[in-house]
Amino acid sequence: MAMLEVKNLGISFGGLKAVNAVDMQIEKGDLYGLIGPNGAGKTTFFNLITGVYTPTEGIVKLDGQDITGKKTIDINRAGIARTFQNIRLFKDLSVIDNVKVGLHNNHPYSTIEGILRLPRFRKVEKEIEAKALELLEVFDLQNEANVLAANLPYGKQRKLEIARALATDPKLILLDEPAAGMNPNETIELMETIRFVRDKFDMTILLIEHDMKLVAGICEKLTVLNFGEVLAQGETSEVLNNPEVITAYLGE
Amino acid sequence: MSCMFKNMNPKLKSNMITYGMVIVVFVIVQAMVSLGMLSSLVQGLLVPLCVYVILALSLNLTVGILGELSLGHAGFMCVGAFSSAFFSNVMRDVIPVSMVRFILAILVGAAAAAICGFLIGIPVLRLKGDYLAIVTLAFGEIIKNIINTVFLGRDVNGFHFSIKDVASLKMDGATGKVIINGPQGITGTPKDSVFWIGIVIILITLFIILNLIDSRDGRAIMAIRDNRIAAESIGINITKYKLMAFTISASLAGVAGVLYAHNLSTLTALPKNFGYNMSIMILVFVVLGGIGNMRGSIIAAVILTLLPELLRGLADYRMLIYAIVLIIMMLFNWSPKALEWRERNLSKLPFGKKKSAKEEA
Repeated sequence: MAMLEVKNLGISFGGLKAVNAVDMQIEKGDLYGLIGPNGAGKTTFFNLITGVYTPTEGIVKLDGQDITGKKTIDINRAGIARTFQNIRLFKDLSVIDNVKVGLHNNHPYSTIEGILRLPRFRKVEKEIEAKALELLEVFDLQNEANVLAANLPYGKQRKLEIARALATDPKLILLDEPAAGMNPNETIELMETIRFVRDKFDMTILLIEHDMKLVAGICEKLTVLNFGEVLAQGETSEVLNNPEVITAYLGE
Repeated sequence: MSCMFKNMNPKLKSNMITYGMVIVVFVIVQAMVSLGMLSSLVQGLLVPLCVYVILALSLNLTVGILGELSLGHAGFMCVGAFSSAFFSNVMRDVIPVSMVRFILAILVGAAAAAICGFLIGIPVLRLKGDYLAIVTLAFGEIIKNIINTVFLGRDVNGFHFSIKDVASLKMDGATGKVIINGPQGITGTPKDSVFWIGIVIILITLFIILNLIDSRDGRAIMAIRDNRIAAESIGINITKYKLMAFTISASLAGVAGVLYAHNLSTLTALPKNFGYNMSIMILVFVVLGGIGNMRGSIIAAVILTLLPELLRGLADYRMLIYAIVLIIMMLFNWSPKALEWRERNLSKLPFGKKKSAKEEA
């Protein structure tokens, strides 16, 4: 069974079909790329899958479970976590607290237990602390654990966002332009991190990217969107050599 | 001792300093009272001071931690004050032990204000920024006006209620007793509020707020404040946590109201004590103390309440000095240069590194 199965997905804003009849199938463990020119509907597609927008047609299934039109928090609980094109960290919280918020739902205790500092609070908080540090170490952020998130350098903020998404223990993670604004060295480092995350956490990853080097370097499969519709789909090397794709990107 | 202090985690240490500060002030004031060093004017201010500190702390939970602007805090205080004063008047003969009665009155006031906070919160927390401020402001005014129209009395037949006047209560002449007398409010509330109880309530308030902030729920609330969309994307229930913070904040304001009501023999809902001026004043405490900084709220509330009273002798000049102090406090708390100076110089103090207002939260 596919990890993510999208059938005939679409949304119209008034008369504009921002995303139209998109099919996509992502297997468990895939590192899947979603590319396309500006305004092709890539981020809208992410917003449809994560419940920010409600699709006007089509079905989204995660690991066999129908999640079409559910609320964002329920979709996260079902197993999809994401990062954002324009970084959205909790900037006045420390780096480690950002990750701890991600661990919120899987490590519960009641408000009363929290205020009165009952034994369960101590036990669960200890688990949260250890788990958060472990995640920070994966992204080499352990030394900045107590720094305010807003004070991190740009590249590390991107990494922290991925760490926070992973903290929710998802089945599928969506990365929206993870390399945006990075220099070539940072991009190479990021590629390694993404590959590492996939292998270490046995994660399925779907990413939007403009950086062709990154896409060609790590994605095994691609979907190309253009004007909200699928232009090409398949193995990365085939798709990138598809004349239609080249036309869409470079013009006639 | 100092070694133990150094090994503590910084959040815990900062909290301990805050608790310690309150206790030290209490001890000093008690000593001064017993040595007869405080004028009766200042002694009369002690309980109101506790009331203002609790209000500032509770509003800081809404403004600093939840990140929403509420201008209706005097309204929640009003609800707590009247519900508890009513309770104490009715229960005066049933529960003669004043301590037990007062503790129950506090719970009644907190619960009544919490229910109001919850009910107001459901529609209001969908609004943002200015709109939320406007609606909460209106709520405060409405509560005050509603209470001014209520007539409630009791006789052998039970309770009588009217929104017209005392005569229309139609009470039994011999046993009838008016409890809430419209604009004249509630008279004869037992004077159960004393300074040490006020301090204990401040400590409990601090305990609740500081522990809430440093827990799973507090992190979720601050995450919503910092970025609602991101919080939603990692499965945080926005409505639940906003309502939780707002309700706790309202109930603490209610407790401040209980303390206020039991310090007066006559409780009336005037613009002076429960109007929007009061709400704005609480907001001034919070802003000047540093948004999200609990210790700052306490200090600001104390200074800004004491100052006008202590400067009474200077007659017309006192408002001038008051204004200057406001400006200096603002500069000290918010100007980047002042923050930098504080960071550099106060870090040499034995208490270790002082942090800027934001970080301390």
